[in-house]
Amino acid sequence: MSEELRDSIEGHRGTGFAGPLVSPPEGEAAAGRFGGGLHFMRHRLAWPLITLLLLLAVNTAFNASFLHMEWRDGHLYGSLIDILNRAAPLVLVSLGMTMVIATRGIDISVGAVVAIAAAVAAWMIGGSVTGSVSRFPMPLAILAALGIALLCGLWNGLLVARVGMQPIIATLILMVAGRGIAQLITGGQIITIYYSPYFFLGSGYLLGLPFSLFIALVVFALLYLAVTRTALGLFVQAVGINPTAARVAGVQARRLVLAAYAFSGVCAGIAGLLISSNVKSADGNNAGQLLELDAILAVTLGGTALTGGRFSLVGSVIGALIIQTLTYAIYSLGVPPEINLVVKAVVVFAVMLLQSPEFRAEIAILMRRPTAPGVRP
Amino acid sequence: MTTAGTNPGVAPVLELEGIHKQFAGVAALRDVRLRLYPGEIHALMGQNGAGKSTLIKVLTGVLEASGGQMHLDGKPVWPGSPLAAQHLGISTVYQEVNLCPNLSVAENIFAGRYPRCGLAQGWRIDWAEVNRRARELAARVGLDIDVSRLLSSYPVAVQQLVAIARAISIESKVLILDEPTSSLDDDEVQKLFEVLRRLRDGGLAIVFVTHFLNQVYAVSDRITVLRNGTWVGEWRAAELGPQALIAAMLGRELAAQSAAAAAAPNFDTAAPALLQAEGLGQAGQLQAVDLRVRAGEVLGLAGLLGAGRTELARLLFGLETPDRGVLRIDGQTVSFSSPADAIRHGLALCPEERKTDGIVAELSVRENIALALQARMGVRRFLSRAEQTALAERFVQAMGIKTASVDTPIGLLSGGNQQKAMIARWLATEPRLLILDEPTRGIDVAAKQEIMEQILRLAQAGMAVIFISSEMSEVVRVAHRIVVLRDRRKVGELPAGSSEDAVYELIAAEHV
Repeated sequence: MSEELRDSIEGHRGTGFAGPLVSPPEGEAAAGRFGGGLHFMRHRLAWPLITLLLLLAVNTAFNASFLHMEWRDGHLYGSLIDILNRAAPLVLVSLGMTMVIATRGIDISVGAVVAIAAAVAAWMIGGSVTGSVSRFPMPLAILAALGIALLCGLWNGLLVARVGMQPIIATLILMVAGRGIAQLITGGQIITIYYSPYFFLGSGYLLGLPFSLFIALVVFALLYLAVTRTALGLFVQAVGINPTAARVAGVQARRLVLAAYAFSGVCAGIAGLLISSNVKSADGNNAGQLLELDAILAVTLGGTALTGGRFSLVGSVIGALIIQTLTYAIYSLGVPPEINLVVKAVVVFAVMLLQSPEFRAEIAILMRRPTAPGVRP
Repeated sequence: MTTAGTNPGVAPVLELEGIHKQFAGVAALRDVRLRLYPGEIHALMGQNGAGKSTLIKVLTGVLEASGGQMHLDGKPVWPGSPLAAQHLGISTVYQEVNLCPNLSVAENIFAGRYPRCGLAQGWRIDWAEVNRRARELAARVGLDIDVSRLLSSYPVAVQQLVAIARAISIESKVLILDEPTSSLDDDEVQKLFEVLRRLRDGGLAIVFVTHFLNQVYAVSDRITVLRNGTWVGEWRAAELGPQALIAAMLGRELAAQSAAAAAAPNFDTAAPALLQAEGLGQAGQLQAVDLRVRAGEVLGLAGLLGAGRTELARLLFGLETPDRGVLRIDGQTVSFSSPADAIRHGLALCPEERKTDGIVAELSVRENIALALQARMGVRRFLSRAEQTALAERFVQAMGIKTASVDTPIGLLSGGNQQKAMIARWLATEPRLLILDEPTRGIDVAAKQEIMEQILRLAQAGMAVIFISSEMSEVVRVAHRIVVLRDRRKVGELPAGSSEDAVYELIAAEHV
């Protein structure tokens, strides 16, 4: 019992274990132990939100028109709208990644799946220069692309849940092979899409807002309902925290894991459609490049621990927005392209430290040290 | 360090007073004190959840007390970390051996504080010195072994002594042993006690935590008892008899054990079996076993450690797949590919390893109790938070689970309360057959009794129970029938009322 108690207490201090999405009061209780005067500061989403607001403030400081929005060509126009539109694919991939990470897994093939889905859709819509005909009907192309993405996810899930491979290795296979598959589909070329109805997905507007935003919103809402209104959230957390115990309790852990990877695949597929529609082309080699890393980062920034278990969907969305805002800031501040990755890395590192309760506790101890009774020889 | 005898005229080496500790709103310790004299073995006693572990953690710097004072050699001290406690001369050996099996014995003893040599004594590790001093320390705990060999090449008992050697190699004044005997056999325990006596005679103050009452009297000089986080008293071991000790721990006289045995069987011996196994087995795990349980019957599975009891339970519950034999429920042949299948047929298994196979530590008591029922109901028919709370609160009350609230993470509960919550998890599914694998291991006397009573009450109400325990007295007391296993096969069956000796005889038979 002695070890258990200590483990669980220390577990509470972990970055990710600030509390569940599905039962916020516990989260607040756990976070509350670290003081922080304001009630708001105890919420586990406080730090991600602060980070996002800080980044928005930096952008505003360097670019006065950053927050400016206006009605142009029948829709809203401005930097914020642009960030939201560009963040949509990352938000989608991050949501899928959140579910995979919550089950103790990781999916590093999402970037490749984005490329595959984009390639399938682009090939089926075809490169007819006239722009009014598609090779196959567009709905069929979209369904086929999502179907292939689902298969990709199922493949990952089977390797992890049935074969028992380590998630990072299992998805590494598709990460590498997927780029090859995408290039086979595109014939090694960048397929340019001329069929204009397809552009609506990634650059169209609905009610004055980017259409991609609605897609991300719908996926988020469905997933949120699934984890809060069904037992999915409880099962995923149980499997993520203690897979053996969950199995003994009758949770169908394998099915759950399979479903998580399949969902992640579909999310990547939708992201692939949005990206290819937005850039009007499919590039087997570069579409969704390094997206898996941004997604993992977004999930982590949102407060979900890579060790699985407790997760936060809202956190992951905020994490994705943080990354997109940061990317925007780096470009709009005119950071030289050759060092912008370094700048991004440094900022992300600082944000991670700031969000870590352990780090903040260490700092607090350092500040307090002089008054503490010295017993160390 | 000065050495002194056990005479009470000597000043205590360590004195704790008015210790308070709060956890998640619950006071784990209230005004607790502890006095240790040089050259004594001091037993720290109490039920699970009494605060022993918390007190030890405060003492060793793992936890910070919320209030109170601590004096070492008369000077106020406050170890801020386990390392600081070690430097103060307070060393701890934990229940599980916390060493590195892939390092040598000597490396384990000195890991993190190797003697150095060269360039003003900071440059490289002096391996000759490491091995020489490791041999000395090993000898001090009665070990005559090759310290350069890997730790994993020695049995657990030796590893335990190595852990002690590591602890005392720092200039120790106080040595704390948290249930050091739980993984040792009788001979090994005796050897450990010899070492403890020798260290005591060398002037060390030793704190000894255990659940075994006979061990307390075998080795300790004085006893401090805690109950519900408060200090009950301090006695010389000779002045406090076992009955009085138990009464102090429980806060009441122990109910006669016959309360459990009084439960009369409530089943029709002619009734068809609820569950029947014919020649059920798995290569390398269990030889073909025949087994039948009726509704309302408590079937005991007896046998020594490794006799195949747990393996049988896992086969019945679909955690392993049998490669021979048939399993019938209500006469219908079934085959389970996962526990979920078994649960659908009304089975439940409370596994032996509570920590790894049972609790989901970071989830709340509520979620842990609701988990199996929810799994049985499926993903879509969701128990709302309110329903989960109602369910959990009902069982917290019925089982007497001590927790601040049903939303407390279950990992924060004491072992006995976790175990009760695990049983609650299964009772919530209203099983027809409950398999309990060592349900009383590692929990205290009172909780044990309560759990046994619950089991019998459930059987009275018509539930079938398969009860697995290595404590033979428990098995013979509750079981209506006892299946005896040895060497991974069934060696016989005994009726209710059989004596412990009858079970042992059956185990020993043909053994020659």
